[in-house]
Amino acid sequence: MYAYDEIDRTLINERVSEFRDQVKRRLSGELSEDEFKMIRLMNGVYLQLHAYMFRVAIPYGTLSSAQLRKLAHVARKYDRGYGHFTTRQNIQFNWIKLADLPDALADLAEVGIHAMQTSGNCTRNITADQWAGVAPGEVEDPRIWAELLRQYSTLHPEFSFLPRKFKFAITASAHDRAAIKVHDIGLRLHRNDKGETGFEVLVGGGLGRTPFIGKTIREFVPGRDLLSYVEAILRVYNQYGRRDNIYKARIKILVHELGIEKFAEEVETEWLQIRDSTLALDAAVVEDIRSRFSYPAYEKLAPMPDELKQAAADPQFEAWRTNSVAPHKVQGYAIVTLSLKPIGGAPGDATAAQMDAVADLADKYSFGEIRVGHEQNLAFPHVAKRDLPALWRALDKIGVATPNVNLVTDIIACPGLDYCSLANARSIPIAQELTRRFANHDTANLIGRLHVNISGCINACGHHHVGNIGILGVEKNGEEVYQITIGGRADENAELGKLIGPAVPYAEVADVVEDIVEAYLALRERPDELFIDAVKRLGVEPFRERVYATR
Amino acid sequence: MPLVNKGQIVSDGFVHLADDAKLPSDGAVLVSATRFLANAESLSARNSPVGVIWPNNRSVDELAPWLDRLAAVALVFPTFRDGRAHSQARLLRERHHYRGELRATGQVLRDQFTFLLRNGFDSFEVKKDSDAHAFAEATQRYTEFYQPTGDGRQTALERRLRQRHSESANS
Ligand code: SF4
Repeated sequence: MYAYDEIDRTLINERVSEFRDQVKRRLSGELSEDEFKMIRLMNGVYLQLHAYMFRVAIPYGTLSSAQLRKLAHVARKYDRGYGHFTTRQNIQFNWIKLADLPDALADLAEVGIHAMQTSGNCTRNITADQWAGVAPGEVEDPRIWAELLRQYSTLHPEFSFLPRKFKFAITASAHDRAAIKVHDIGLRLHRNDKGETGFEVLVGGGLGRTPFIGKTIREFVPGRDLLSYVEAILRVYNQYGRRDNIYKARIKILVHELGIEKFAEEVETEWLQIRDSTLALDAAVVEDIRSRFSYPAYEKLAPMPDELKQAAADPQFEAWRTNSVAPHKVQGYAIVTLSLKPIGGAPGDATAAQMDAVADLADKYSFGEIRVGHEQNLAFPHVAKRDLPALWRALDKIGVATPNVNLVTDIIACPGLDYCSLANARSIPIAQELTRRFANHDTANLIGRLHVNISGCINACGHHHVGNIGILGVEKNGEEVYQITIGGRADENAELGKLIGPAVPYAEVADVVEDIVEAYLALRERPDELFIDAVKRLGVEPFRERVYATR
Repeated sequence: MPLVNKGQIVSDGFVHLADDAKLPSDGAVLVSATRFLANAESLSARNSPVGVIWPNNRSVDELAPWLDRLAAVALVFPTFRDGRAHSQARLLRERHHYRGELRATGQVLRDQFTFLLRNGFDSFEVKKDSDAHAFAEATQRYTEFYQPTGDGRQTALERRLRQRHSESANS
C-alpha cells in the first residue's frame, strides 16, 4: 500500500476545494454548462442518461480496507447503494447529484482517494497488474513506478488539454494481466542483458472505433529516464496529435499516420533535450516513493496446511479453490480472486453492504488490502492458505465466491444502454442472459478459459475487440444488433478479434455464443486446448459455418 | 477583455495591429506571425516594443532568431480545450530561454491560471472580468506541485528528499 503523506493530502484537499468552488460557480450560473463540462470531466463527472455519473480512480488497482469502506459510504450516502467497477480500475457511481459531489470528494479525500483525471483529455488513472507485488516471478513491484507516474501526471500543467484521453498501463510480469498492449502507453518492466531493470515502452495501442495493438517504441528505458521519456512522448503528441476530428485524436492515429519509426524519431529528438533535466529520477527519489509502500509481515507458513487438506474433501470448496486461488510469491500464501460476476448479475457491480463486508474480510484475511482488476473482479493479495476454507465460506455468504474466474461467465461488460448516454445497445442484459445459459459450473469448467467481452457501442469500454468472444452492440434501423468477433485477446499475445459474419439481433446473441462454444467443444483437439488456441488453429471459418448454417 | 500582467489588472500597452494597418512610428505593437516574419529584420530593429501573436500550429523554433528582440509573444488558445500553446510556452521559456512577456490569449479562464503560470505565461488576456479579479485567489489555491516545469517551484519529490535529509541530520 502506498501511504499518502502531508504533501499528497494537501494537494488532494486543494483539489477538492477548487472543485467545490467550480460547482458553486456552475450552480450560480457563473459558469456555462459548456465551460463547466471540461472542468467536471477533469474530475470524473459525466452527464449520463439518468443523472451525473461519478468515476473514482483506484490507482494501480490497490485499495485499503478503509478506502473500500469509504467507497461503500459514498454508494450509500450519495448514490443508490452500489457501485460499478470498470475495466480501468475505477469505480463508478451512477446516480449522484451535482450539489453532493464536493462532499463526496471530501469524504474520499479523507482516505486518500480522488476522482482527478478519471475523464477528460488528460492522463487517466494509471493502471497496473492487479497482482503486482505478489505475483511469483515478477521483476519488481511495478506500483512504485505507477505511483511516480500518478504523481507526475496529476494536474500536469502542460498535458491537461491533450488532443484526447491518455491511458497508461504497467506490468512487471511475463504474463500480462494489465492489457498493456491496448493502452496509449504500455510499460513492461523487465531486466536487460546487464541485469538492469527498465521499461519496454509500447505506444499507440487502443480500442474504440479504430483499434490498434501497441507498438514497441523503445526496448529499454532505464527507470531514471522514465518520466523524461514519457514527457517526450506526451509533448510530441500534444503538438502533433489531430484535433480536427475527435475520432482521429488518439495517439494511436498519430503513430499510425506517421509510422512508428518516424514517431520514435520525433520522441527521441525531444527526449535527448530533456533526459538530463530535473525529470531524471535519481535513486533516492525512487527509494523515497518505495519506502512509502508498506508490505505485510508475512509469517513462515507451511506450503500445505492441514486446514486445506481437510477442506479438499468438500467438492464445492475445491471447485472454488482450483478456480479462484492463485499462487503467491511467498510460501504458504495465496492470491484470491473475488468474482463480481454472479449468475444473473451485472458484471462488476458491488453493493455497499458487499463492499463493507469485503473490507472486513480483507482486514481479517488479507492484511487490509484489496485489489481491483481490469476484468472487473476484486482480489485479496495476501491470504494465508490455512485461512482459505474460512474465507471461502465468508465470501460465499456475500455472493462473491462464484467459481467462474476466467470462465465463460466471467464476462467483461460496459454499462451500455442501461446507463450510458453514448450507447447504441444494451450490454448488461446480454451478460446476464449469458451467465444464465452457462450457469452450470461443470459445463463452464468443461469449456475452460474463455473471455467474453461486451460493449454497448463502438467506444469499446467493454474491450470487445480483445475478448476471446467479443460482442459489440450497434444500432441498425432503430434496432439493437450485435457484431460478434472471435479470437481476440488482451494479454502479452494481444490480438484483435475477427468478425464471424453479419450482426445478429438482441434476442439471438446468447444462442450464437452457445453455437460458437458448441462448435469449439466439437472441434478442439484435446480438452486442454483453450478456446483461443482452437480459434488460432482453425480460423474463423468453422465457427462462421456453425453459426450461420441455420440463420 | 481585462489583461492581467504579473498578477495585476493593467491596461494593455500594446496596440493589436491588423496586417494591413500602417505601422505607427512609436508605441508598442502586437503583430501577426505572418506580418512579423515578412518584416522580421525591420520590425525587430524598431525603437518601440514589438510583440508577435504566434499561432498554435507553428513551431516556436521559427521564432528563435528574434526572441531576444521581441517584447512579447502572445500564444493562442482557440478554445481552452486546445492545449498546444501550453507546450509552446514551455519550449519558449525552457528551451529557448525567452525572457520577454509571454501572453495567453483566446479562451483564457480562471481554471487554467495555475497551469499557465507553471508553463511560463506571465500575462493573460482573460475572457471574464470576474475571472480576472479572482486571479490572486485562483493562483494561490495550490501549494503543492507534483511535477517540475521551468517555473522553479519545488516539486513534491524534491521536498520529500529535503525533508528526509533534514530529518536524518537532526536525528
Ligand atoms: S462502450 Fe459505449 S455504451 Fe459502453 S460504456 Fe462505453 S461509451 Fe457507453
